[in-house]
Amino acid sequence: MSVTVRIPTILRTYTGGQAEVAAEGATLGEVIQDLEKNHTGIAARVLDDQGKLRRFVNVYVNDDDVRFEQGLETATPDGAGVSIIPAVAGG
Amino acid sequence: MRKMRRKGLASMAVQTVASTTDSAVDLGPAAALSCRECGHRVPLGPVFACEECFGPLEIAYDFSAYDTEELRKRIEAGPANIWRYAPLLPVPADVATKPNLNPGWTKLVQADNLARELGVDAGKLFVKDDSGNPTHSFKDRVVAQAIEAARAFGFTTLSCSSTGNLAGAVGAAAARAGFRSCVFIPHDLEQGKVVMAAVYGGELVGIEGNYDDVNRFCSELIGDPAGEGWGFVNVNLRPYYAEGSKTLAYEICEQLGWRLPDQIVIPIASGSQLTKIDKGLQELIKLGLVEDKPYKIFGAQAEGCSPVSTAYKAGHDVVRPQKPDTIAKSLAIGNPADGPYVLDIARRTGGAVEDVTDEQIVDAIKLLARSEGIFAETAGGVTVGVTKKLLESGALDPSSTTVVLNTGDGLKTLDAVAGTGLTATIRPSLESFREAGLV
Repeated sequence: MSVTVRIPTILRTYTGGQAEVAAEGATLGEVIQDLEKNHTGIAARVLDDQGKLRRFVNVYVNDDDVRFEQGLETATPDGAGVSIIPAVAGG
Repeated sequence: MRKMRRKGLASMAVQTVASTTDSAVDLGPAAALSCRECGHRVPLGPVFACEECFGPLEIAYDFSAYDTEELRKRIEAGPANIWRYAPLLPVPADVATKPNLNPGWTKLVQADNLARELGVDAGKLFVKDDSGNPTHSFKDRVVAQAIEAARAFGFTTLSCSSTGNLAGAVGAAAARAGFRSCVFIPHDLEQGKVVMAAVYGGELVGIEGNYDDVNRFCSELIGDPAGEGWGFVNVNLRPYYAEGSKTLAYEICEQLGWRLPDQIVIPIASGSQLTKIDKGLQELIKLGLVEDKPYKIFGAQAEGCSPVSTAYKAGHDVVRPQKPDTIAKSLAIGNPADGPYVLDIARRTGGAVEDVTDEQIVDAIKLLARSEGIFAETAGGVTVGVTKKLLESGALDPSSTTVVLNTGDGLKTLDAVAGTGLTATIRPSLESFREAGLV
């Protein structure tokens, strides 16, 4: 499955400044591993020591927050858009 | 310090305006940004997330030069607004001379009538009424900090994601300070908040979705060329903005005669306000401005958006997001970024996090209005409702000094009390008046 991943500003040092990159994978976990292959170091920024999503990282597959779905097991259908966003607050 | 800041700013890779300027920023005692999660430090700039772990960045200060009694005198001689605390905020020393809405120094109301209704000892219950701010919510405090940071970093457009109150505060502050504003809100907000945000002349954009959708949109806009050069008060200026909530802690203590309250009940939306009030209290203790004694912090949510109280009651230290469904729209953040810190603070201080139903919120708005003459918005109904519930459960001590926050004006959420109206309609005659049973 080929997906498009939106990269937040603070991770663009790993993608050569690109705001959007292509990646492969049937699940979010596979997509992140594929990102790591091509942009070494990015996985350690998104995942903690236990391999879980860091608590201040929000990830959306299309419009769905993966915390409402299956986390790293969330399916990433062909053509999906994945957004990685630092958690922010306000109101 | 000035030289060090200049070097740091010039060398760091931050987005937008600061990356192209090497001018020093003067934000008073603010020394650096520090990650709350891993402690990684970066120079002051318009960044909000740690490049190491995504954790929130917050201001690290240098207060080492302050003498306690000199500082106390300086504060007491300061203006009757938040700038009396300028030595403790990320703002330049001459901040009070700049065009700003100068919020704060709102009333701390001794609420003896409410105390009687709730079974609290006389003289022990206070309402910190922030509806008295320029745009009638506590948001003026935080926006005032963001304006100064925006000036320091050279932004000319101010923006935010908002549940309503912030949109109005940004619009007004931008108008006064000479910035363009373009703010984003959920499309279905209360009309009062929409009008209050629009009237200041900035651009107001409704997003088809809830607050979390608006927040996500702004986070993406900020990383896109379309958002280049924009200061989002609660995104890339958030470390500065959030510090404004500390002024609630400073004011409460000074208004109590430089004493800490024993218990404080604070509404939770993102959780930022609660964590910064705790930070403010800790600073006052460390500076010697108040006695070092225990205090308890209680968080208040609406049942229809209660991710933090749910986690608290379940004993979790992780907050699972919810889809909000409550009349308390200013608190309707289903994915609160500071939720885990709220849990830490409530547990550390011996407080709690509780929630109330929409019906209890409305009852509490009416209770506060009829007992103290304070018309609160729904967030104030949440704190008063939770106070009542916590007193009934015994979690709040009725003999301790307790401060309840009202963070906004009821005129903004008239729909919540829409059933309240005329007692009677009569002809303009004494006979009709008597017939209506009003004598």
